[in-house]
Amino acid sequence: MLDLRHYNCLGEALRAAIDRWPNEICLIEADRDRENARLTYRQFKQAALPFARALQNAGFNRDSRAAIIMTNQSKWLISAYAIFYAGGVLVPLDYKLSAAEQLQLLAHSKAEVLIVEYHLWRAITQGETFSSLGTRLVLVTEAPAGASLAGAKRWENFHDSRLPIFVPRKRSDPACIVYSSGTGGRPKGCVLTHDNYLEQCRALTALFPFSPGTRYLSILPTNHAIDFMVGFIGPFTCGATVVHLRTLRPEYIREAFTRYKITYMTVVPMLLKTLERGLRQRFAELPGGRRRALRALIGINRAFTRRRPRLKLSRRLLGQVHKGFGGELRALFVGGAFTEPSTLQFFYDLGVPVGNGYGCTEAGTVITLNDFDPFRADTVGKPLPGIEVDILDPDEEGVGEVAVRGKTVMSHYLDDPEMTSETIVDGWLHTGDLGRVDKHGHVQLLGRKKNMIVTEEGKNVYPEDIEAAFEGLAVKEFCVFAANYLWPERTMVGEQLILVVHPEAKPQIEPATTPIPVQTEVAASESGEAASELSPSGSPDANPAPQSEQFTAQPDARHLLAPEMAAEIDARNRRLLNYKRVAGYLVWDSDFPRTASLKIKRIDLAQEIRTSRGRHHVVYL
Amino acid sequence: MNSIDQTTEEILKLAADHFKVSREQLSPGDDFFKKLGINSLQALDLLTRLEQHFRIELPDYELQGVTDFRTLAERIQSRL
Repeated sequence: MLDLRHYNCLGEALRAAIDRWPNEICLIEADRDRENARLTYRQFKQAALPFARALQNAGFNRDSRAAIIMTNQSKWLISAYAIFYAGGVLVPLDYKLSAAEQLQLLAHSKAEVLIVEYHLWRAITQGETFSSLGTRLVLVTEAPAGASLAGAKRWENFHDSRLPIFVPRKRSDPACIVYSSGTGGRPKGCVLTHDNYLEQCRALTALFPFSPGTRYLSILPTNHAIDFMVGFIGPFTCGATVVHLRTLRPEYIREAFTRYKITYMTVVPMLLKTLERGLRQRFAELPGGRRRALRALIGINRAFTRRRPRLKLSRRLLGQVHKGFGGELRALFVGGAFTEPSTLQFFYDLGVPVGNGYGCTEAGTVITLNDFDPFRADTVGKPLPGIEVDILDPDEEGVGEVAVRGKTVMSHYLDDPEMTSETIVDGWLHTGDLGRVDKHGHVQLLGRKKNMIVTEEGKNVYPEDIEAAFEGLAVKEFCVFAANYLWPERTMVGEQLILVVHPEAKPQIEPATTPIPVQTEVAASESGEAASELSPSGSPDANPAPQSEQFTAQPDARHLLAPEMAAEIDARNRRLLNYKRVAGYLVWDSDFPRTASLKIKRIDLAQEIRTSRGRHHVVYL
Repeated sequence: MNSIDQTTEEILKLAADHFKVSREQLSPGDDFFKKLGINSLQALDLLTRLEQHFRIELPDYELQGVTDFRTLAERIQSRL
């Protein structure tokens, strides 16, 4: 691998890698059983430099910003390298966001150039604000022959064979603007420097070295900070191979393992659980004798790998299982959200170590990672070399907010000094996560201090961003909170969003201090139909109501909205991407506390709700 | 060629079979994530089943932003 201490910017490091391993395969792009591309580092360079030159011809230069909205594919990385070569700043945007959200982030980032896949471009052009974007060059990949591009250019035709000029950058210069979330009123554009990336890459590859011949299966979106690092910068600066899949269906992922003899892959907890379920099912279907033999072998493997992974031994003991993973898998990595220890242990016992990590975009990706020395299923590992972790204001159990300091912490939030100063205090990044550090230096996460949720797919969702979906609702006011922020829980699973609604008029049904009249019961049963149908016996957040309540299992009538209002909320909720939906609503019958400029005082409102309402008052949609 | 109603009906039958629920429990306007209690990977799995049935190739992105059977049917119909 390259010694990254000697390089000042990503463009320089990538250029050195490309020249050092010209004949190694750097990139394979597969789609089902087809291969769309297989490039050596030399061919990668031959594709990227004419593109960089064409960008420069179009006036792209030092600090010019170029946004990419693409699924994982070769043109993503080719474009990114060209942007760095020309000294530009890359804005990787999430292809899974809605077109309206992408347009909002494009406007916020002030990207001059947009590189986008055809189907995503078509959606964006239908957005109301598309025509007012400041983007002066749009490059569309894979547009069908004969498609009208209305001023945009075809990526495939955008090249100039003359050599581009390499534009060097300093370590402190911005390399990327990565949106950690926040498509509502306040986008969070993390400005990450070349130093952030080079130091992060150095720390990660010291723990898990890549080399020529190592094959990394890239399935997390490349716009995500994790894949950008371990599915691009990391492997490329080590001469390794990245394999892209154009489809993420579990059966094709399984096939890719064996076809490409994958060495490493990073997943989100949801995919890991899917793999676990599939394996458990296959094990359960084995004939009795083979099932018992497998169980015994797993037990032997567990005993022999207690102190450290022993890949050769595990592959010999559990050959069939490892064959299913291609036979050369060294480790999986998981991050982005909470992973259950039982899942991590399941894979470890099979001889497939899963490096459980913790990080955030603001910290350049990874903060802690399990180094398997020894394997721990109950923690997110130890801080990476060069990263300091501190616990702020720890309680008697040592639990407090996790703070991080080091060279990988972002420079600032784009155009938001106020949020930057709230988040980075005296050089320490306040993560908003609650955790503790044990005597072995392992970090355990125990909940969240900030008003947000993280889905099993690793998506950060900020309640404020969801509020736009309910704008114009015929209520006096409303606000969205994370349930675990309102009612703190020591858990990282089952997080939900709650819509707090202050109805326009006083609820028709007066709060009942005496036995509830018959009329009220009827209203409750009618309006609460949806709630009672789905109200969540299985919901992890549904705490039983106190015994003193009139109706113990469900919120009573005074906490229900009129049926038409509930239906309107449900309809609007369904227009949101499924992971952004609120789980239920909570009726609140007094004015929200507000600042002089009429902004909701969220902290104060949360405190009021916390003291007078419980989870059992939530009406689930 | 199938009408949109036929396509929708076939999708509902396949989804019911794939996720082992009865056809009667599903309606075209249903949010399949909510109704079937599935995640996005399980939904992608259904896409493979639909590809085989309709003998077309459906890129993953055809499922992006789609949550109900009727819209899914429209996406498929446009490729038939």
